[in-house]
Parts: sequence; structure tokens; C-alpha cells
Amino acid sequence: MRVVANGKPREVGPGATVEDLIRFVGLDPQYVIVEHNGEALERKRYGEARLTEGDRLELVRAVAGG
Amino acid sequence: MASHDPLVIAGREFASRLIVGTGKFGSFEVMRDALEASRTEIVTVALRRVDLEATGGPDILEFIDPDRYLLLPNTSGAMDAEEAVRIANLARAAGMPAWVKLEVTPEPRYLLPDPVETLKAAEALVKGGFTVLPYINADPVLAKRLEEVGCATVMPLGSWIGSNKGIRTCEAVQIIVEQATVPVVVDAGLGAPSHAAEAMEMGVDAVLVNTAIAIAGDPVEMAGAFRLGVEAGRRAFLAGKPAERDVAEASSPLTGFLEGT
Repeated sequence: MRVVANGKPREVGPGATVEDLIRFVGLDPQYVIVEHNGEALERKRYGEARLTEGDRLELVRAVAGG
Repeated sequence: MASHDPLVIAGREFASRLIVGTGKFGSFEVMRDALEASRTEIVTVALRRVDLEATGGPDILEFIDPDRYLLLPNTSGAMDAEEAVRIANLARAAGMPAWVKLEVTPEPRYLLPDPVETLKAAEALVKGGFTVLPYINADPVLAKRLEEVGCATVMPLGSWIGSNKGIRTCEAVQIIVEQATVPVVVDAGLGAPSHAAEAMEMGVDAVLVNTAIAIAGDPVEMAGAFRLGVEAGRRAFLAGKPAERDVAEASSPLTGFLEGT
């Protein structure tokens, strides 16, 4: 199954969740902010939000800034 | 020293009147130590897309203790109101506080805040339950409008972001201070502790400093210096800074001089 994460296509396994994807790309879910198909996704839902073919994800994080 | 003189924003008390940004530090360790030396209680961060090709390394949030500092996400990078609201919503969904430093700066050379989009975004964010701290030009009318739509502070610039020119907007900031019923925070351009002291002496409620601390020769030492500058300025304001005069007024008595011999 293919989703688009931060503008690039990415293969994920069937039934994968947002949390699975975050871990798969080497990130810690507690530091990742997610927009799932244009909607801000609450952190507590990362583990239950299932990905489906063609989903668009934006993975965002806090960075240094004023 | 004033025994209890907290900064109060949206009903929350802060002992420090110095807000510190996290940009441009040489390392997260230096940033952490500078935050500590500044005694700040409010720390800004930006939000950016993760580079999925380079996900190693520590996260900045590992270096900012959420029990000690209020994390204030900014909306930097937003070109219009819609983007600012999108960024704020993302931060809140991810469990950050529902506080936002609103900045809409579509023009890259001077990074001047867009007043129309800032007001639009502020209205939407306040309605959405956010505590909104907007970065604005030193415009007293805009400051009043933002206050009326429910912003928790107004944050006029001293000079351009990162310019270190100090408070070049004195007279407009003075009007904002005179009219405001919410805290006034001078944000941007303060390049030295004396600039911070000057702003505080004018009666602004707090200042936000980033570049001047982060790129100093010794950022930790400079953070401590800014702490003292802010404190000195605040105490001078509370003490009642005397008015300027155009002619001399002797400090020593003008009587009882020795007779000529």
C-alpha cells in the first residue's frame, strides 16, 4: 500500500497505523506532529489511525526558532 | 526589589519578564544552558516538516523541560492567516499548549508582519480557544484591534527580527503601552541588555529575545546579562524613572560656597 509522506510516496504494510509509519521512518512519536489528509491528528490517536491507500501525511516537528 | 511582581498573561503568572527564542544556537546543549541562565519561563519554538531522509539525532524538545518552561510554538513560515491557523492547530493536536506566538511574515527581506492577515488569524485562533500572542509592527491602532478580538498580549517589534538595532519604535511603543489593557511584549530587534532595559523602563511588560543571546560570543553569559537588563529596567520603571530636563539641575547644594581669600 502506498501513501504520500511529506510529499514523497512511501510503501507501508497493510493495516499500518500512523504510529507504525512514524517508527518506520526512524522517529519517536512523542516528538512528531501529524497532519493526516489535511487534518491535525491528535497524538493519542497515532496508534489507532489506520493508513489507507493514497493517504497524505505531513510529519512535522518542533525546531529551533524565535 | 519588588517582592511579587509577576507577568500575568491570560491569567497565568510568570516570575520572569524575559521570553527567549531557541533559534540560531550553536547546539541544543548551549541553548539549554542559556535558557537556564536567562531564568525565562516562556520559550518559543518553530514547527517544520521533518526531513525524512535525515531523522537521526536528538529532538529539541529533549532539551526544553515542559515542567519548567511554557512552550510557545510560533507560526513562523506562515504566509497568510490560513497557514498560521493550520500550524497552530497542528501544535495543539500534538499536545503542545494551546498558546501561540502568531507571526505572519510573508516578506523575506525585513520579515515584517502582515497586519491584515495577522488580525484575521488572531480572530480565528481566539475563537478556536487559543491564547494568542501576536507579533506586530509598532502600530497602536492594530494593537488595539488585536486586543479587541481577544489577544492575550500584543508584541510590537523594536526593530527588524535579528537586526540587533534595539528599540527604534520607542514613540509608537509608548502609545501602545499607554493604551493597552493586555501585556505589551517588545519582540524583535533587541540586540543588547541595555536595549531590553530601555524597553522595560518605558513600561513594557516583557521582552522577547533570541538572536542577541544565541549568536553572542558566550550565549550563556549573554542570557544572564539579558536577565539582569530586564530586571534592572523593570525595577527602574517601578521605581518611577525621573523626567528628562533640557538644562542642568545641580545635584550639589548651590549655597554655602567658600568665600574667596
